Amino acid sequence: MARAPDAITFADVGQTFATRAGPLTALSGVDLAIKRHEFVAVLGPSGCGKSTLLRLTAGLVEPTAGTVSVFDMPVTQPRDDVGIVFQQATLLPWANVEDNVAFPAKHMRGRISKQDREIAQDVIAKVGLAGFEKRLPRELSGGMQQRVGIARALFRNPDILLMDEPFSALDALTRDQMGYELLDLWQSSPKTVLFITHSIPEALLLADRIVVMSARPGRVIADYKVPLVRPRDERTLRASEIQDLASELRDLLIAKETN
Amino acid sequence: MPPSTQAKEALSARLMRTPGVLPALTFAILLIVWEASTWLFAIPTYILPGPSRIIGGFDAVPFTRWMEHIWATLRVALFGYVVAILVSLPIAVGLAKSEFMSKAFYPLLVVIQSVPVVAVAPIIIVVLGTDDAPRVLITFLIAFFPLVVSMTTGLRATPPELIELSRSLRAPAYREITQIRLPFATPYIFSGLQISITLAVIGAVVAEFVAADVGIGYFIQFSTSMFRLPEAWAGLTLLVAMSLGLFQSVGLVQKLLMPWSLPPK
Ligand SMILES: Nc1ncnc2c1ncn2[C@@H]1O[C@H](COP(=O)(O)OP(=O)(O)O)[C@@H](O)[C@H]1O
Ligand SMILES: [Mg+2]
Repeated sequence: MARAPDAITFADVGQTFATRAGPLTALSGVDLAIKRHEFVAVLGPSGCGKSTLLRLTAGLVEPTAGTVSVFDMPVTQPRDDVGIVFQQATLLPWANVEDNVAFPAKHMRGRISKQDREIAQDVIAKVGLAGFEKRLPRELSGGMQQRVGIARALFRNPDILLMDEPFSALDALTRDQMGYELLDLWQSSPKTVLFITHSIPEALLLADRIVVMSARPGRVIADYKVPLVRPRDERTLRASEIQDLASELRDLLIAKETN
Repeated sequence: MPPSTQAKEALSARLMRTPGVLPALTFAILLIVWEASTWLFAIPTYILPGPSRIIGGFDAVPFTRWMEHIWATLRVALFGYVVAILVSLPIAVGLAKSEFMSKAFYPLLVVIQSVPVVAVAPIIIVVLGTDDAPRVLITFLIAFFPLVVSMTTGLRATPPELIELSRSLRAPAYREITQIRLPFATPYIFSGLQISITLAVIGAVVAEFVAADVGIGYFIQFSTSMFRLPEAWAGLTLLVAMSLGLFQSVGLVQKLLMPWSLPPK
């Protein structure tokens, strides 16, 4: 039987930006393979190129070295099967929830069809916002706004979901809640998730694998499997088998932030 | 707390709650003080006519002639304003989208803006003649720069994530402007539109000062040269009313069409 292709592969990827102060190498020699429907969290110090990793996968920037592939095809332009969730929900303030979620359709085809609205309503229900379709973003809490951001990313039913510190602007309680809901979503309709975060507990709770990156120029310095069964819940993080992993991750990150 | 202080505070709280009452009261008191002092100190009308004399100034010309003056000024102001909007929009899109355009043309715009339009106005009139065209051009020159700046700032203020979202959808490039950048720029654009409309009135008046035989600016200059100051003040009152009315109308359009772009209450 042929091997199923990996969802995302980085092969010796490097990224150097030309800046006013000269060339800036954000990533260098990144090797990483992510299987289909795997949930991978990326931890690393600020500025080590995590967001760049996502942009490369999304086809928004081209690597200056190596190859980024999605389902074994080198990424040369944005793909239809990749959705992005940003740190801030960045919704359109003039559009209601439904129009924000269906915005990809409007932007690509110029209008929102009846079918688009049905899809939008479906994903809005999935993120727990049924009944809020006609609300404007400014009438929603931060957590609800980010749910809309997630729904917008799910609108095209992507196979790959790229999430760039999606919960880091939220308060601690909302953040935990959103984490559990994301797990539910992922379990009911599996996707490949590349999830960037600064929070070790969040990574442990959500991910199958945790990848740690070095300070700039970023590369992969550690790659752990999370030894926790699913489904996971509030008690998961207190499990004794992950305390060693948690402190190991903490040591790695602290060492990176200080040197 | 003594009851009189309490009553005072209750009154001031009520005044603050009812919109429009406080400024109207201030304004009325100002008018009364103004009127009283012109009588009390016997201020000559050529120095400062009181409000009652200014109202009398409106009788100097018949109503239809006033309408002609108002229409002449309003027409030039609005025409120049619309031209300024139509010209500044593509310039702003260019400046916001392309660093090259911005580097190449922004200094030129600043130079144009730095030219004192009042000083160029006579030249423009000589070159273009004395009908509406030179006046519209003068109005345009005074009104367009704040529009370019506010539109460019607004078009650049779009969250970069939405631009990335747009690119990730591989949508036609113009939709990034029409569906994302322009709507995001509306709060900025409207503040520019409000500044510009009052500048447009100034532009129209400046043009009339240089060469005109009708218009409120012309009327003010004519009355002053005849030493009929209450009439000049009457014209000035009309100009202020016109500016205020136009300014408020722009705000009203924003409130009606784009309520989301106003700061939440
Ligand atoms: N388009 C760009 N041009 C120039 N430098 C960039 C660009 N994008 C990112 N960088 C730089 O690359 C480095 C990595 O950025 P980023 O991927 O955003 O890091 P992280 O998300 O890990 O904080 C940073 O130093 C950033 O300033
Ligand atoms: Mg980042």
